[in-house]
Amino acid sequence: MAIDLTLAWALLLAFAVFTYVVLDGFDLGLGILYPFFPKKQDRDLMMNSVAPVWDGNETWLVLGGGGLFAAFPLAYAIILPATYPLIIAMLLALIFRGVAFEFRWRAGRPFSAWVWDGAFIGGSTLAALCQGMILGTLLQGIEVEGRAYAGGWWDWLTPFTLLCGVSVVAGYALLGACWLNIKTEGAIQIRARVAARLAGLATVAGIVGVSAATPFLETAYFERWLAWPGILEVAIVPVLVAALTLWLARALSSGKGPDWLPMLLALGLFLLCFAGLGVSMWPYVIPPAVTLQDAAAPESSQMFMFVGAVVLVPIILAYTAYAYWVFRGKLDPDEGYH
Amino acid sequence: MDSFLGLDATILARIQFGFTVSFHFIFPAISIGLASYLAVLNALYLWKRDATYLRLFNFWVKIFAISFAMGVVSGIVMSYQFGTNWSGFSDKAGPVVGPLMAYEVLTAFFLEAGFLGIMLFGRRKVGPGLHMLATLMVAVGTAISATWILSVNSWMQTPQGFAMNEAGQFVPEDWWAIVFTPSFPYRLAHTLTAAYLTTAFIVGGTGAWHLLRGHGHNPGVRTMVSMAMWMIVVTAPLQVMVGHEHGLNTLEHQPVKIAAMEGHFESHPDGAPLILFGLPDQAAGEMRYEISIPHLSSVIFGLGWTGAMEGLDVVPDAEEPPVAVIFWSFRVMVGLGFLMVGAGLWGLWARWRGALYATPMLWRAMVAMGPSGLVAVIAGWITTEVGRQPYVVYGQLRTADAVSPLGASAVGWSLVAFVVIYFTVFGAGVVYLLRLMTKPPELNEREGPDEGPIRTAGLTPHQMVEDGQVEDGQVGTGRGDPRPAE
Repeated sequence: MAIDLTLAWALLLAFAVFTYVVLDGFDLGLGILYPFFPKKQDRDLMMNSVAPVWDGNETWLVLGGGGLFAAFPLAYAIILPATYPLIIAMLLALIFRGVAFEFRWRAGRPFSAWVWDGAFIGGSTLAALCQGMILGTLLQGIEVEGRAYAGGWWDWLTPFTLLCGVSVVAGYALLGACWLNIKTEGAIQIRARVAARLAGLATVAGIVGVSAATPFLETAYFERWLAWPGILEVAIVPVLVAALTLWLARALSSGKGPDWLPMLLALGLFLLCFAGLGVSMWPYVIPPAVTLQDAAAPESSQMFMFVGAVVLVPIILAYTAYAYWVFRGKLDPDEGYH
Repeated sequence: MDSFLGLDATILARIQFGFTVSFHFIFPAISIGLASYLAVLNALYLWKRDATYLRLFNFWVKIFAISFAMGVVSGIVMSYQFGTNWSGFSDKAGPVVGPLMAYEVLTAFFLEAGFLGIMLFGRRKVGPGLHMLATLMVAVGTAISATWILSVNSWMQTPQGFAMNEAGQFVPEDWWAIVFTPSFPYRLAHTLTAAYLTTAFIVGGTGAWHLLRGHGHNPGVRTMVSMAMWMIVVTAPLQVMVGHEHGLNTLEHQPVKIAAMEGHFESHPDGAPLILFGLPDQAAGEMRYEISIPHLSSVIFGLGWTGAMEGLDVVPDAEEPPVAVIFWSFRVMVGLGFLMVGAGLWGLWARWRGALYATPMLWRAMVAMGPSGLVAVIAGWITTEVGRQPYVVYGQLRTADAVSPLGASAVGWSLVAFVVIYFTVFGAGVVYLLRLMTKPPELNEREGPDEGPIRTAGLTPHQMVEDGQVEDGQVGTGRGDPRPAE
């Protein structure tokens, strides 16, 4: 029973993190793309397209952190100190881009509007970079002694973590551009497709780079990905990545097909990366030191929360979907400003 | 031991938590009260069809949106602060505290955030009924959020229902006992009432400001002042009573905290005095320049004229919380509380004489007391949080054992970053809030925030007129002119 609960929580947390990446990924992506859309009316439109939902999107990050705290407190207590500067920088970056949603409309003078646009760009980009680097730090392994982090204060800063960070920035920009492809029409949509192609190229380059480096971080990763005969099973992940990449490239360059198709394909890429991450890390929550089982909260904690999560998560998904449904459809740029 | 500006990592982490949580709590304190106020305004508008209520809703909903956004982003910091700076606490108390906070996310944060967009931008899209429901859900969400986080805090103050495992973790045994600790009902009532009272003073102070500026003819301004003054005259005395009950509960479960709040360094077997003012000297263990009323403290705590009260002398020095901070923060809170009761009674008296809108002295007092709720709330939290030191989980886990294995410079520099950024970002936010508050509610206020609402294709002004929304919401300048007036 205890094993099953721990596994269930691992899956639930993975779901929360993935949902966060899906939802906040595109709205952080809009911030990353802001420099490519310098016109005020384009920027107004971009911000309007997520204004009613960004709060909810970011709540999944709180669930990811809170869920880790609740279900795997030891992992929470080790990962956060290990990535301390990244977490702090991410939180501060999220403050800047979060308040920009409100402050931008309140700014009286052009200068302060420019400041909050800058806060939105810088905050979104830095938050994405930090998230990627946190993932990279986790993947390259965290030094643990007893029940605490035992590594140095700069362990999180390596070429590998930077590569992960930049890849996530590119990936979020891709999601943001695909979102704009759904929500806009005309010149801005055409521009969004160009941005999506560039961000898509960068994302795929990032995926290739991170995938090539990962097996050499730990012998366990190497054996899982490149040893015979396991390679036959796991090879499906890179094969599917290649297939989706080609499909996405065609969808974006032809311009045919439904506007939501590139978004769906981009999300497919994210899901495959996520699955690949799972293949690498399992059964660890902190490679190579702490397994999910080691970090698991007592059964009474996991059970108490699990009951609620099973009931509440579907309800949350339902009203979140409703909120998206209410604000569905293309935005009309003529209505976005006065 | 390494240090940053002469401070060690533990004290820096405490300063950082105190700073970020104090800043954060200002926004929920406003949004808990304001969400309920908005729900009431919207319901009154739908019920009475009086556009004044809609105008007031539109006035306050913009303020709410900014305050809520600041609450969200400063709140995300809190949910990660436990791990970054207090990993000892997270590892050991996570099994108990973590699930309660996860429930807060699942039952409250998603509810608020999920319906906020509809509340702010969706009136025209979903219709009045569902919009009312969304507004109500946001209000309910803020209260549920407060309930869970106060359950967490109360467990840390009066822990029960757990066992310890070999790894030194608190293991939950009885969830009912964990959620409903002895101090929880009192703390919850005291905090929620505080949030409503805080909001009432902000609303009342804003209305009074406009009265002073000569906007007494504006029905929105009058309604704002009237509603706030009713709210204050009811909740301020109620808060004094709830606070008193909370104090009795604290005396039962955390007598050392009460001794510090009262400034009782020595035990008083024959009845303790109420110290009104004095300068606590903790090193010497005495109160200097004390002005006190004999026996009154014992009487207030219901112990009778000669009821014995223990002082800080019954615990070792290492178990004492810092007295001066608590002694003063408690007096600030209580002093403001009685001023609030006074303001409420003054308002009632003016209303009874029919002079609520003709008493500039009262308006000035209300403007001055506009932020009083916020100050009292922070002072109250300082009292209760500093008062349980040196423990983070009272009597079980010392603060010094809860901190992360971080260097002082890491905590110090992040503290500097938080201070600088909070003051600039939230400082700008407060400027925007004040700017909105000092603009009187217009007679032709239109729906929703004045820029930035979502408009998807198919919702043209023409259609709005056809739908009857414009006339319904009194948003246009007239039937023939669907463009919102601004």
